[in-house]
Amino acid sequence: MTSIKQNPAGLPLPDFRNFGVMLRVLLGVNFLALAAALVQSAGVGDWLQRYVDMAAWVQPLLLFNLLLLAVLGSLLQRLPLWLGQLLVVVLAAASAVLLLDFWRFMALDDGGWQRLLRAGMLGGLAAAAMLFYFAMRARAFSPALAEARLQALTARIRPHFLFNSLNAVLSLIRSEPRRAETALEDLAELFRALMRDHRELLPLADEIALCRQYLDLEKLRLGERLRVEWEVVDVPTDLKVPPLMLQPLLENAVYHGIEPSGDDGVLRIRFARSGDELHIDLTNPCSRGSGHQSGNHMALANIRERLALHYDLEARLEAGEFVLADGRREYRVHIVLPCRLSRSPKS
Amino acid sequence: MSAFSAAATLSLMIVDDEAPARARLRDLLADIAVEVPNVLVAEAANGLLALAAIDGRNDADASPVDVALVDIRMPKMDGIELARHLARLEHPPAVIFVTAYDAYAVQAFELNAVDYLLKPVRAPRLMAALQKARQSRLPSPQVLARLQQEARTHLSCHERGRLLLIPIVDVLYLKADLKYVTARTAEREYLLDESLTHLEQELGERFIRLHRSALVAKDAISGFEKNGADDAETQWQALLRGIPEKLPVSRRQWPLVKSYAKQLSS
Repeated sequence: MTSIKQNPAGLPLPDFRNFGVMLRVLLGVNFLALAAALVQSAGVGDWLQRYVDMAAWVQPLLLFNLLLLAVLGSLLQRLPLWLGQLLVVVLAAASAVLLLDFWRFMALDDGGWQRLLRAGMLGGLAAAAMLFYFAMRARAFSPALAEARLQALTARIRPHFLFNSLNAVLSLIRSEPRRAETALEDLAELFRALMRDHRELLPLADEIALCRQYLDLEKLRLGERLRVEWEVVDVPTDLKVPPLMLQPLLENAVYHGIEPSGDDGVLRIRFARSGDELHIDLTNPCSRGSGHQSGNHMALANIRERLALHYDLEARLEAGEFVLADGRREYRVHIVLPCRLSRSPKS
Repeated sequence: MSAFSAAATLSLMIVDDEAPARARLRDLLADIAVEVPNVLVAEAANGLLALAAIDGRNDADASPVDVALVDIRMPKMDGIELARHLARLEHPPAVIFVTAYDAYAVQAFELNAVDYLLKPVRAPRLMAALQKARQSRLPSPQVLARLQQEARTHLSCHERGRLLLIPIVDVLYLKADLKYVTARTAEREYLLDESLTHLEQELGERFIRLHRSALVAKDAISGFEKNGADDAETQWQALLRGIPEKLPVSRRQWPLVKSYAKQLSS
């Protein structure tokens, strides 16, 4: 459900002026009433009678609500999704209470606060059930949405990096053609990885190789300013991970930690396995206090969500700044992945 | 600016933090030397080093730099700030900004009609920019201030023909006198020709206003004391780290300063 909240544009409230939506509401609520009548009835014999009794109260309420929602529809669409949904439920509950009170006034019902409360709850629950149905339907009917989401979430390389790298390669062509060749090959591999289908999980070894190529390119232009320390201990390299899980984090580390600093910086990448979990730590120096650009948080949020899409609650990502004993500051990203050695984790 | 004629050799400076990017520009400048006679007189890896190089040339009485090719995103001091300090020189070089990709800067350049080059730079574009640079001058300080995204790292002032740089982290307070703004560091005072209002806008994160004509660095405040002489007109004064001076706090600013002081002590 969290992803619905984060993407209100993708799954809005249903359009209450749409005839199809109205029909679905009519049929859906009557179906609920049928079910309720079956629960209440002693046998199949009085089932229909119960339903007709109930319908006398349900139909006017239903039509009134449909009318109200058709009028308020555009207003509700403009609200945040959760608020719109809440309002629809509250409207249904309140109108149910009012109608029952009117029934009591017309001497069709005994009234009493218990019956009023029951009517309100029934109205609200029916509305909530319908909204849930519409949300599920929207999801089911737009697999393209989920796919586009995954595509959009996969990291894109900063144009800054692309153009600076191309520039660096150009500078090498005359003096060191061999290095220029290697650099262009690395760049090609990197872009091949970027343009691949991102829905499949890839072996961790591939991701590590990609990160090494990426860092080689960064070293080409940053020279001695970028030092990288790898620590890969007892890691199942055939473990499948979401593609481009680490590269964007390294790119962030270089962009925010190494480039703005005039001094040489060390990037530490540590893989360690403990039991069924793989721990990945990325550490880079923080150069300035004001370096918290929003892009950084976006990349983190993206990867966090991708991990959630692939692993649900089994993966974690934490990030934050730490002050070292000597006053220097570091930015650390810590990722925990489940690493059972099953053939394919969850696709 | 009119000192050099069309045929004169341009003396150039390259400022970029990436060695390959400097090498690339060097190659290109050599390639177009026939069309645009040029000589590379200095290279620097960031704005601070560039200003030091220019200062060094000043001391050696070398000819001033005509055009500086300046990368925007650099550590220590970025390209825009460099241009702002260069603008205070007596003979400022024309500045051509070079950037790989900076959506914000490029948009700002377009808006303010500031010339820039995109990396990888092409020889014909570089040639055109250099030819144009003969006539162009630096963008005005207002335009440069608008281009800058982050606060400056240094203030600069002109003193006896030299450009002095004052790291903002060293500034304890800024005070407006009749015509000038003085910046006080632990060692000495500097006269700036900028307005306190603009400085407050730019440096508001680091400084807090004590009264109409004084901004003090938040981390320079060591405490407050009452100016206890007369009881009716008690006034608070800010004590500063490292220097004996005390700065009065106006009654209007006191509530704000006090709440900040509370934040500090808590």
